[in-house]
This record gives sequence, C-alpha cells and structure tokens, in this order.
Amino acid sequence: MKPTEITRRELLAGAGLYVMIPVEILLAQEPERLPARAGYPTDFNAYLRIGPDGSVTGYAGKVELGQGAMTALAQLLAEELDVPYERVTMVLGDTELCPWDMGTFGSLTVRQFGPVFRAAAAEARAALLEMASEKLGVPVQDLEVRDGIVRERRNPERAVSYGELVAGRRIERRVSHATVKAPGAFQILGTAPSRKDGLEKVTGRAIYAGDVRLPGLLRARILRPPAHGAVLRELDTSEAEKIPGVQIVRDGNFVAVLHPQWDLADLALKRIRAKFEFQEVPLDDSNIFEHLVKNAPPPHTVHQQGDLAVGEKLAQIRLEATYLNSYVAHAPLETHSATAVVQGGKVTVWAGTQTPFRLKTQIAETLKIPEQNVRVITPYVGGGFGGKSASQQALEAARLAQLTGRPVQVVWDRAEEFFYDTFRPAAVVKIRAGLDAEQRLVFWDFYVYCAGDREAQQFYDIPHQRTLASGGWGSNPPGLHPFVVGPWRAPSVNTNTFARESHIDALAAQAGIDPVEFRMRHLRDPRMRRVLEAAASKFGWKPMKLPSGRGVGVSCAMYLGTYTAMMAEIEIDRNSGEIRVQRVVLAQDQGLVVNPDGSRQQMEGGIMMGLGYALTEEVRFRGRMVLDRNFDTYRIPRFSWMPRIETVLIENPEAPASGCGEPPIVNVGAVVANAFYDATGVRLYQLPMTPERVKQALAKT
Amino acid sequence: MVRTIRLTINGRTHEIETDDQRALLWVLREDLNLTGTKFGCGMGLCGACTVIVDRQAVRSCTTPVSAAAGKQVLTIEGLATDGQLHPLQQAFLERHAFQCGFCTPGMIMNAYGLLLQSPNPTRQEILDAMEGNLCRCGSYHRIVDAIEEAAARLRGGKQQ
Repeated sequence: MKPTEITRRELLAGAGLYVMIPVEILLAQEPERLPARAGYPTDFNAYLRIGPDGSVTGYAGKVELGQGAMTALAQLLAEELDVPYERVTMVLGDTELCPWDMGTFGSLTVRQFGPVFRAAAAEARAALLEMASEKLGVPVQDLEVRDGIVRERRNPERAVSYGELVAGRRIERRVSHATVKAPGAFQILGTAPSRKDGLEKVTGRAIYAGDVRLPGLLRARILRPPAHGAVLRELDTSEAEKIPGVQIVRDGNFVAVLHPQWDLADLALKRIRAKFEFQEVPLDDSNIFEHLVKNAPPPHTVHQQGDLAVGEKLAQIRLEATYLNSYVAHAPLETHSATAVVQGGKVTVWAGTQTPFRLKTQIAETLKIPEQNVRVITPYVGGGFGGKSASQQALEAARLAQLTGRPVQVVWDRAEEFFYDTFRPAAVVKIRAGLDAEQRLVFWDFYVYCAGDREAQQFYDIPHQRTLASGGWGSNPPGLHPFVVGPWRAPSVNTNTFARESHIDALAAQAGIDPVEFRMRHLRDPRMRRVLEAAASKFGWKPMKLPSGRGVGVSCAMYLGTYTAMMAEIEIDRNSGEIRVQRVVLAQDQGLVVNPDGSRQQMEGGIMMGLGYALTEEVRFRGRMVLDRNFDTYRIPRFSWMPRIETVLIENPEAPASGCGEPPIVNVGAVVANAFYDATGVRLYQLPMTPERVKQALAKT
Repeated sequence: MVRTIRLTINGRTHEIETDDQRALLWVLREDLNLTGTKFGCGMGLCGACTVIVDRQAVRSCTTPVSAAAGKQVLTIEGLATDGQLHPLQQAFLERHAFQCGFCTPGMIMNAYGLLLQSPNPTRQEILDAMEGNLCRCGSYHRIVDAIEEAAARLRGGKQQ
C-alpha cells in the first residue's frame, strides 16, 4: 500500500478543520517540522520539558482510560528523544499544562497524535544536538546521543547531558529538518516496558475524579427525573433537610442535595418527594425496530458500484435478511465523576472525561465565564469506551461550585450511569445479496438504519453493490431514539460487521462452500488475506460445509486501517439456551506496533467486552424510562465467561500504526452468530443472542 | 444510631462518631479519605468495594460500619508493608493484570481473601471466588494468572 502524498500546503490549509490526514507523512524519510494539523501546536516545547537532572516530562492532551495511552506516549517520547523510558513522566489531559487535543477516542492517540508527538520529540532532539555541538565545539554529524547524553562519537569524554543544556527552560530554537526514526532503529517502540500507571493502580494510590479531596468539599446528589424529558412539577425537600449538615440547592428545575459525605447526601436525596410530569412514549423493545426504520432520516449513499439490477439478473442464489441489535450501554466500572472548585473567578474541574478541552469550552459556556478562567484536569479515568466523551457530571459539579462558592463533587450512582448513558444505537440492517452461476458474489445491497456508516461499505469483491445508511450515533432527529445515543467502542462497526459477516456466512452455506474459502475467493487485499490465513492457521481451521455441527465460526473486518480476522468455537446448552464461547482466536494487523503487550491487552479486553453485546447486553426500556439500573439486570461479561483466547499480532512495521483499541471488538457478535449457525443450522438475526432467543430459535426447527 | 465507633484499619485505630448503619465503604472514602476502595454499584454486585474484615473479603458498600467495629479491617492501602508490595500486587503489576485500574483494588482484596481461606486454590476455585468481581476492560485472564502466580509465591514462603 503506497503512502498517500500530501503537501505541506494542504496540511496548513487544513488547520482548524477536522481533517483525517494519513499518518504516513511522518515516517522515516518524510521531513520536517510539526504539521499544523487540526489544531495541534507547532512549538515542540508544548509537548515536553527537560529538567536539570535530565528527567523528561511529556505533555499530551490525551487521557489514560486504561488503554495504555500514558505508556505508549512515554515510549514514543523516549524513543525519539533518546532518553531512557524510565526517565519519562507523562502529564495528561490538563488543559492548562497540556497542548490542545480533540479528545481521546477513535484510536487516535497512537494513530494521529503519535506522529505529532514523535515529530516534536525529534525536533527537540535535533535542537539539543545543535546546542551540544555549539557547547562542545564539535560538528553535529560527529555527535551521538544515548540515554540523554550527547557525546562526541570518537571521543566520548566530550559530552554534555540534556539536563545541563536545557535545565528546565524552553528550547528557543527551531530545526526544520528533523526526522523521526525508522523502525529498524527502534529500541523502545515495539517493546513492552512496565506500564507507567501500574504501581499506582495496584496500590490504590491511583486518583480518579471522585477521589479528589479538598478542604470543605461537599458531595452533591442530584434529583433526577423518572424518564427522559420529564418535567418537575412538585417538590418537597422538608424531610431531606432534617438530616444534619444537608444543604439543598435549587436553580430552576436543577435540584441538588449537598453534604460532606456522599452517602448522607444520597440518603437525603431519597427523602425528597417530587412529582414529575411526562408523556408516555409508546416505544419498547417490541416495536423499536419498526419505529426506527419508519422514522430514520433519508439515507445517504455510502458507496455504489456497478448496477444492482444487472447483478440481480445474474444471481442464481439470492438471500435477503434483516439483522437487529438493541441499545447497548457503556457501563464503565467508574461512574461519571467530577470535582469542581471556584477560586477567585477561576474554575478548576477534575473530571473523568475523554474530552477535557471540549469540556473546558462547555464549562465556560454553562457558567458564562471566559474560557481562560476554566481549567480541566483529567486524572485516571475508570473506563470510557466512548461514553465519557459526554461529561454532564462535570457541568453539574461546576454549576454547583459556582452556585455555592464551595468545592463540589459529583459522583453518579449506577442507576444514573445507565440513565444518562449515551447508548450504542439500536439498529436495523437489511441486506439483499446474490451469487452467480459460479457461486461468486454478484450483487450486494446493504442498508443500515441508525448504527452509522462506519464500515458499512464492505471490502469483498462484488461487482454490483450499493451501501446506504440512515442516521447514526451522532445527532439524530428528535423522537427517533427515546434517549441520547452516542459513540460506543467502534461506533457502527459492531453492527455492520455482525450483519455483513452473518450474511456472507449464510451465502457460503447456501453455496456449500467452506466459509473461510468463500471469503478468500472474494478477497484481493493482501493484508486481509493474511490475517484470515493467520487466524485459520492458529485456530487450526478445518475446511468444512456449514453447518458442520462443530460450532466454529469466522468473521473478518477492517476498521481504522487495522485488519482483523476472528475465529471462535462455542458450545450450546440447549436446555438453558446459554451459549458458552470456548475459544477465540484473533489475528490483527495494525501496522507498526508501538507496544505489543498493550496491543494484546486491547485484543483480550475487546474480545471479553464484545461477548457482552453478543450474548446478554441490551438496555431494557419503556418509552423514555431506562429500566436497567444496575448489574443485576444488565449483565456484563464475568470470570466464568472466559474463553481460551489466543492473539496473533501480525508484524507489519512498514504500514503506519493504526487503530488498536477498537478493532478487536468488532467481530465478536458475528463470530458467535456464525459459530451458532455451524453448531445448529439455525441463524440468529438479533443481538444479543440471549438464552431466550436461542431457545425460541431452536424451538422453531 | 449515631455513636462512637472504634475501627482498626490497616493497623491504625480510628474513633469515628457517626451513624453505625452507614456503609463501611463511605466511612472509608469520605470520613477517612481512604479512596483506594471504589464505589462501582452500591449493591454488592461488582466487587469494586471489596475489603477484608477479620480475614474475610466483604463488599463494603453493603456492610454497615457497625459490622466492622472492633474488628481488623484491611484495605488496598494497607496491603504493601514497609514499601514492599504484596505478591498479589507484584503479580498484577508485572502481568499488567489491569487496564483502567478501577476494579483492581477490589480484585486484589478479593483475591487476598481467597488466599487466606485457600492458599492452594485450583483454577476453578479462583474463578468461583472471583465471579462476583467485574472488570469491564476485560482483564480477566491476566487477573487469574496473577492470582495463580501470587498463590505459588506465597506458598513458596517468601512473604505472607
């Protein structure tokens, strides 16, 4: 795959717009200065500081959600600067100290920010070499750097350390020809050093937004409506006020109970008597899909090729199906939390957020104060998965801090965490497709409602095809969904993959062709072929005709430049309807691998999390009421669910580092559905594949 | 009932005047600023709040502080001794048996409770004992491996 050329002029022209720029630009032979990319500062001092003792502090607007951003960024910095990894400390997600960042999502940390960060470090290193050259009176080309010390190559006693050169000051020097290292020269990238966040996390010293402690800190519990859109009509706080130390704050229909202890604030909240008025919306899981298809906005054409009518005429086998999935919650273990304090007109908010800079703007707007008076600090975040891109809790804390003049902490309980979640949208995918006389895919008509269009366009070789998409996980017409939907790990892609790979499998079954062989016959992309072969090899895939009765399944997907192939083996308890996934193999080609262990963690984690939406996770609702309030009814994967997991990380350092945190999850629904078909000859068209749905489907045969 | 309660936490004794029906979790977090023990669900369903009370793992979010009065409470903050990590902490650290880390204190304390009762657990016994602890990031496999390793090290007599 040849890197796309992009000129510096195009990059500068793109500044201020959200432009996806191929990261190939900054590999090895590419020059130059930091690109003015989508708002990232061009002064490399924004990204790093070197102390007199040679310690290096890196600054990035990304946040640590558990995905290993802190570690990967430290590795990138240490590598390009030529300092020991151990000497690097990262400061993340502080809007006062760190350079602007669009947010931590979309696997962008390594993929898009990585090259920016590396380029900053490379330029700093080049500047330091120039400074050392002047200090030592030795030409730059005769110098080398190791462990933050610059030495004359032939005369190593002539040396000066970074610390001596810089001593904590800014480096006021620009170098226009700094280059980043080629993969062959890597010492730290591609290795798996000890995670930077590890010691704090295993000792309980890791601070999350709800752990911040300030003198006089009040905890707030906020009165919530029973359904989205409900309006407060009557309020009686007299019982609540009887609890010593309680303070009630009311600002319009925003009612909060404040107390120095969370549980006592919560107790008081529960003693408030309130009446809400809301309209019943006649929607629930029995009619939501019909409603979505009827009310989704008009479709846009994602992709089109050939002529469907021609393809349909050539088809000897035709298959039409509709695939469904319900709303899914993020359910991070840390609920949305924030701590806010207002001091002398300045607001500081610690927030468990994926978007500190966007939040800073939102806080300024909510409090009607200038942005420069707002500071957002992001401590460790206890899981995001896209759900903490929305930070309503931080706005609530800030508002209460402003109203009361006291520091205020908001920690949602689990019921609020479900109620206010921005769910993965319920979705419908309709596919019509056909095979010609040679059993090759000849037409493919794919229409996705509400999931979004990412990876809706498929990658198999099909001459006549059309992909349509209506709506998505972004903003939607009011009334389409009973609550807010939003980005959920690999937005759109789980749904689109489930539908596509199920349908491909069903066509393979009709044709009597092994499902792996069938896919290979329609794949030209060598990277896709390679991951599929790697998965098959690791799994020990034996060619077969569906259904073989063995309960094995395959699914392929690509997302964010990363190629994945997954295979699984399942067992079914026909009495209870429970599906037990026994084994999963995931082969992934994500280009250059910054940290192989970190990548494997994402692969293992994505598989485990994916089992949830495949088997049990759906949000129960009635109209705009969310009926799930805790983990008793919303079941997420547990220890007992663990399949044997084997991961294959393809070595492909020539390709730029692409997405790692999201691609691993996208195949899980499809691979289990395909394995189910192989085991039973019955196809499941709806996620999650709950025991009830399994029993119903098996009973029909 | 509001009364003075004596709590011994991580070897230190505290006298707290509070309602003895308050959950131990909140007394730890709010009154004593021991924030290592986490709030995940408030109903004993996720295990993030797990601490040890008289050598038993308990869900502190559903345990009234009265139940801990006069007993030895151990939280994640008290596990390392003299700056030395407990083998469980060491194994979790080395194997990267965590991602976001929010479930980690509960996981480690629940495992600690298991190993107190059962120093040589089978893999199935580990799974059964840990079943009530949830990890959304999906670090389950590494957690089990870390517990097995720590159990082996502890049986090797290195540290208790």
